[in-house]
Amino acid sequence: MSLTFLLLAIAALCALSFYFGRQRAIALSGGRYSNLHSLPAHYGTYTAMWCGLPAILLLLVWHMFQGTIIQGMIISDLPPEILNDSGKLSLALNSIFLLAADNGEHLSVSPEVIDAGKRLASLQIIANVALVVVMISVALVGLAFSYRKISRDMRARNNVERISRYVMIACSGIAILSTVGIVFSLLFEALHFFTKINPLDFLFGLEWSPQTAIRADQVASEGAFGAIPLFVGTLLITLIAMCVAVPVGLFSAIYMGEYASPKFRAFAKPALEILAGVPTVVYGFFAALTVAPFLRDNGAVLGLDVSSESALAAGLVMGVMIIPFVSSLSDDVMSQVPQSLRDGSYGLGATKSETIRNVIFPAALPGIVGAVLLAVSRAIGETMIVVMAAGLAANMTVNPLQAVTTVTVQIVTLLVGDQEFDSAKTLSAFALGLALFLITLGLNVFALKFVQKYREKYD
Amino acid sequence: MTDMASLMEDRAAAKVISGNLRKPVDWDSPKISRQIKKRYAAERRFKMYGLSAIAIALLALAVLTYSIGSKGYTAFFQTYVQVEVFFDPAQIDPDGTGDPAVIGKANFDGLIKESLRKRFPEVTDRRSKRDMYDIISGGASYDLRERVMENPSLIGQTRKVWMISGDDFDMLNKGYISADVDEGDRRLNDEEISWYHALQADGAVEKQFHTRFFTNGDSREPELAGIWGAAVGSLYTLAVTLALSFPIGVLAAVYLEEFAPRNRFTTIVEVNINNLAAVPSIVFGLLGLEVYLNVMHLPRSAPVVGGLTLALMTLPTIIIAARAAIKAVPPSIRQAALGLGASPVQTVTHHVLPLAMPGILTGTIIGMAQALGETAPLLMIGMVAFIVDIPGSALDPATVLPVQIYLWADSPERAFVEKTSAAIMVLLGFLVLMNGFAVYLRKKFERKW
Repeated sequence: MSLTFLLLAIAALCALSFYFGRQRAIALSGGRYSNLHSLPAHYGTYTAMWCGLPAILLLLVWHMFQGTIIQGMIISDLPPEILNDSGKLSLALNSIFLLAADNGEHLSVSPEVIDAGKRLASLQIIANVALVVVMISVALVGLAFSYRKISRDMRARNNVERISRYVMIACSGIAILSTVGIVFSLLFEALHFFTKINPLDFLFGLEWSPQTAIRADQVASEGAFGAIPLFVGTLLITLIAMCVAVPVGLFSAIYMGEYASPKFRAFAKPALEILAGVPTVVYGFFAALTVAPFLRDNGAVLGLDVSSESALAAGLVMGVMIIPFVSSLSDDVMSQVPQSLRDGSYGLGATKSETIRNVIFPAALPGIVGAVLLAVSRAIGETMIVVMAAGLAANMTVNPLQAVTTVTVQIVTLLVGDQEFDSAKTLSAFALGLALFLITLGLNVFALKFVQKYREKYD
Repeated sequence: MTDMASLMEDRAAAKVISGNLRKPVDWDSPKISRQIKKRYAAERRFKMYGLSAIAIALLALAVLTYSIGSKGYTAFFQTYVQVEVFFDPAQIDPDGTGDPAVIGKANFDGLIKESLRKRFPEVTDRRSKRDMYDIISGGASYDLRERVMENPSLIGQTRKVWMISGDDFDMLNKGYISADVDEGDRRLNDEEISWYHALQADGAVEKQFHTRFFTNGDSREPELAGIWGAAVGSLYTLAVTLALSFPIGVLAAVYLEEFAPRNRFTTIVEVNINNLAAVPSIVFGLLGLEVYLNVMHLPRSAPVVGGLTLALMTLPTIIIAARAAIKAVPPSIRQAALGLGASPVQTVTHHVLPLAMPGILTGTIIGMAQALGETAPLLMIGMVAFIVDIPGSALDPATVLPVQIYLWADSPERAFVEKTSAAIMVLLGFLVLMNGFAVYLRKKFERKW
């Protein structure tokens, strides 16, 4: 709540400084705005920027470091027998944070930890009060500074425009920052993982059973981190999904673009788009509770042994999800094929379907391949459907009736629940994430390059 | 292809037979008409393939909606059971103080059990009694307490009270538990079903609109679980997402479209934006886990962290949509403004942005709709915890609607299936509203220049 209050206070101060700056400029102008270099509103904006921007920047930096610094202070005060045992340390930290948040009355912990909890609570209060005081004073200093600088000849508009340009550049830079953030956070933890597990074992190992013990007293397997079964499972489900999405998506695009009346198109196109807007968790529920039992029961009738978490169910539903993706992308590509090619083909006596198969489809093929590659990358990265409908056991199989697991399923199961950032179990999720990121990125880049290289130009 | 080719071969053959003389093709010959028939049949088949592809897609949509709707609509109604309750002064307020603090601490659960024992006096052994208490939900005692607190004059009276039933009993009343199944294979035994029939014969079982579903937080008991906590969590998360991604996205789009020089920085930004749009959402979850939780130590499970993560994810969507909208504003507008002496920034803020705003808003709403339905990244940052309380701020632990759906879908109780479907209906309702609004904006402000 204090954060909201703080932001509101800063916003109010900004509004106030806008008013002050503007009033001062008007007063200086002596009633004739043409005496000023810029419009009065520019002077107002100038003071408002000086008031708000440094304060907001400070808030961001402060929040980036507050948690780390306070935690460091708490840890440094703990007795050495806790400090030297990472398991005890994380447990103690957990209780300290609970105590500080007034949720830890029921905990039975040592007095040092209780003291630390109290200290944490008081440190947090001090930090919050300090933040409010510092931010408000920074805002006021900025206001005073810029207010004093206002004069008739000050180039307020140019200043404002320069500052806003910097702000805009910073905003564009966030796209780069988030890519850098993704790469570094994945790489950092994945490298951490590869110091424990040989990368070759990870990439080419045939067995995946990551349930190693986090605490010494847990019973668990030795742990094997061979990712091949996950890749095979992912590919199997992706393949099934593509078997649904590519023909259906492609044919709907063809019908929609070449045959459908405008009326039919106006109804069917949005209806298809709905499929793309349904959240994946809904598809997951549908796959797990409707499609999987349906397949299992019908399989039993046919004498097939279909697992209740079969790859087929997840793949089919994922295929349905991707239909609109394939169809809208290939629709775009095929509508770009110039009308003259069509007319030429009709003029030679070809029927519509002959034109589509022999003229339009080949001309649009590079774009369609690109669309399919993008769809594959989307299927590989899809999470919720497989988490809910595919299995957990890492079976090495290409039988679609059996349960398989995928990269994304394993990331979710490894990171939901107990986390311990020095065990190979938790870290392996980041290695998988890195693999996923690289594969999807590679597919996307390749798809774009492919389209650029083989695209027909008709001008 | 083959038909055309064979036609050509025939013609070539005809040419060879007739020497160099060019004999005109007899278009009425049975062979040609057979071929034409074949080609037309192929044409019709091809058209059928297209139509059936669309039919398959629409069928999938219909089955999806039907299976959710048919499973979920019953969750909006809940079974209530009417029982005669004696508001025993000795139990509620032995000293007759009338003090709300005393009444609040009374054992209303005991009162309900007492009433059930009175209703079915023949039940004596302990196991059956325990089964019998399950007819009424554990949450009913809170309702009863509230009732007495509001109206203390009830104490000492006997009233018939409608009370919320337990989940198994509710399932039985809704027909999900069939008495034909072998007794060992269903959640309720024959004795419990006989109580149900007895109560029904009294007219003491009825379905009422289930307001709790819309006002409660999560619960282990399906009949008490509601979506309000998750909805509030979603609201906070989306508010954070919108507050960050909208201004940043619009500013970035304006810069890239209006001011950016063609240099290396701009190219890198553009490539990055396009690649980010294709990164799987779960990778953003890993980023959030590592950066926001491990490095910055922000609170786990908090909507702030969820919002920050989703903001990064929706940013490319908003930037791409905003750039398209800005690009659609004709250059003549800019030239006119510049010609009248406006500075480039003034041109953008006074003319280009207002004209592009409907398009930008449409893109933003679509991005927000995506964020509302997103689950996977939020699992990574711990928004999957079981949280009963309604979050009071963006820093409290919370969950969001899609994650709530995921959690309920994993619950073993039969009653959670209908809750899950109903929650999906609510989520889809919100999405339809948002997308409908986006379409409305586009239609209303669509301009042809």
